[in-house]
Amino acid sequence: MSIRRLAKEQPASFAFSKDTMAKAKWWISKYPEARKQSAVIPILWLVQKQEGWVSEPALRAIAELCGMEYVRVYEVATFYTMFQLEPVGRVLVQVCGTTPCMLRGANELMAVCKEKIGHKDHMSADGWFTWQEVECLGACCNAPMAQINDYYYEDLTPESLGQILDDFRAGKKPWPGSYAGRHSSEPAGGALTLTDPKLYDGSLAKPVKLPNLPVPEKA
Amino acid sequence: MVGILQDKDRIFLNLYGLQDWKLDAAKQRGAWNASIDMLRMDRDWIITQIKNSGLRGRGGAGFGTGLKWSFMPKEVRDRPHYLVVNADESEPGTCKDREIMRHDPHLLIEGCLIASYAMQAHACYIYLRGEYVKEREVLEAAIKEAYEAKLIGKNNVHGWDFDCYVHHGAGAYICGEETALLESLEGKKGQPRLKPPFPAGAGLYGCPTTVNNVESIAVVGTILRRGADWFAGFGRPNNTGTKLMCVSGHVNKPCNVEEAMSIPLKQLLEEHCGGVTGGWGNLKAVIPGGSSVPLITAEQCETALMDFDWLRDLKSGLGTAAVIVMDQSTDLVKAIARISYFYKHESCGQCTPCREGTGWMWRVMERMAIGDADPKEIDMLLEVSTQVEGHTICALGDAAAWPIQGLIRHFRHEIEERIHTYRSRKPHFAGATLAAE
Repeated sequence: MSIRRLAKEQPASFAFSKDTMAKAKWWISKYPEARKQSAVIPILWLVQKQEGWVSEPALRAIAELCGMEYVRVYEVATFYTMFQLEPVGRVLVQVCGTTPCMLRGANELMAVCKEKIGHKDHMSADGWFTWQEVECLGACCNAPMAQINDYYYEDLTPESLGQILDDFRAGKKPWPGSYAGRHSSEPAGGALTLTDPKLYDGSLAKPVKLPNLPVPEKA
Repeated sequence: MVGILQDKDRIFLNLYGLQDWKLDAAKQRGAWNASIDMLRMDRDWIITQIKNSGLRGRGGAGFGTGLKWSFMPKEVRDRPHYLVVNADESEPGTCKDREIMRHDPHLLIEGCLIASYAMQAHACYIYLRGEYVKEREVLEAAIKEAYEAKLIGKNNVHGWDFDCYVHHGAGAYICGEETALLESLEGKKGQPRLKPPFPAGAGLYGCPTTVNNVESIAVVGTILRRGADWFAGFGRPNNTGTKLMCVSGHVNKPCNVEEAMSIPLKQLLEEHCGGVTGGWGNLKAVIPGGSSVPLITAEQCETALMDFDWLRDLKSGLGTAAVIVMDQSTDLVKAIARISYFYKHESCGQCTPCREGTGWMWRVMERMAIGDADPKEIDMLLEVSTQVEGHTICALGDAAAWPIQGLIRHFRHEIEERIHTYRSRKPHFAGATLAAE
């Protein structure tokens, strides 16, 4: 468990943007009529996209939208660690620190963050960055990695992460993905499997007769 | 050729995303082929085929998928049936479902339709972990394509009304546990439910529900197309089929690969992953199935086969087939202490043994990692871990205990040495009696 509380300083009010509201309604439409509450996590996330973090007035507005008690929304917001309960920098850097990434150098990445941004979980003085250590992000074959805002930056080194942070600071949008020249999670240097061209020539799309069909009984 | 499995026998033909994920390209690779014929068949035929294929759940527990489906009520009564796909992939070391969702989403959607039909569900929710934003974008787009092509939706070409929805979480490992996932899908904190009732009796919104892993569902279409006996032809009896394996840690080329079950671990590492860094002799230990399972030693790795039964006999497990390799340079105590921190962080706080135990075990592990402990504490730690294990609603308590038990079972001497070294550097340490009287 980790202790999570709402921020001490809260804004006076919150309003859904038009876009957020449209998306929220789309989420609610996915669930049965009486189960609007199901949409609470996706809507909290939308609000976080809009504001950068989730404030108490936002929780109250969401409670009303989803037909829930405020405390139920509060429970959800404080339980799930993706929700930022206080303002974060424009660029949110989440470095995976769990063992598979640690084995391949996550601690060195965090040293870079510390040097360039400052303390963990604190916004940098210029308001540009916040960095956090998070638990396994599920990209272990491309370790070490970090999620920056929404996307994954993989196969990082202290140098490449440093460059990425500099690029963000310069207003650029560094491309997510592997920084070791890999396409995705194939072995470095190129895939050793899935090389047979017959897999992709359309022969698998030809009509097939299902095997093991029941034998029709003789009349 | 590398490994055992030939290219012609692979299911995930776009594992690396080198091809297009879109519908037309997926169809060229065989997705949705003969799906209409499958849905003309009897439900029992589909379930029997899946049972005969020997497919065991790919999410870690290894429960028979066909058998699980057969637990659903035979008739739909007052409550609708649901299929829920567990795409919360958060077991450290595991990154296979991600590749399915962003590179081969149509295999998953096809599987959802077939499985839903077999269980008489008209709706399916895919619960994706919140961090997988890119994967969610692709999956949503693929579902849209399938709706537009009338493959799913109302009055689709298959003649079985079926809606497929994507839902997402927000960073909680525990939501990979099926009942916690259902709680989360209902818009609550992800705290596991007591079983019984099992989800097949009362799951999502109190309705009969089956929760399956992404990989278990995504292979269903191909199994029916190529035959249960084809799938059952790979691996050892009771451990059949092909399996996505994720290799991370100290290998030269970490990667995901689809391989036949029961492939020797050594062959997997040497042929697909370019070998252990510094050579096979440099291997120290391997966690063969995601962070929850106990590690095995380099010696055991010589002969280990990657399947449920072999690894169970080594007192470890296949789990999700996420192989975390650690070479001689690894500080094992520290590596396991980091895993303990993970479980402490991810405990949902519902059961006391887990909420308190994971934190206690982590703090002791951190002290042991620097040697600041008493040798007697090793046994105490082992004892406490057995008090957590099996005394909680869900398996997170077990998962927190097992890595520590594995470490002590095989590498107790390392902890003892560390304590000895720490003490030899200090004139005084906790628990020492003053000898200068």
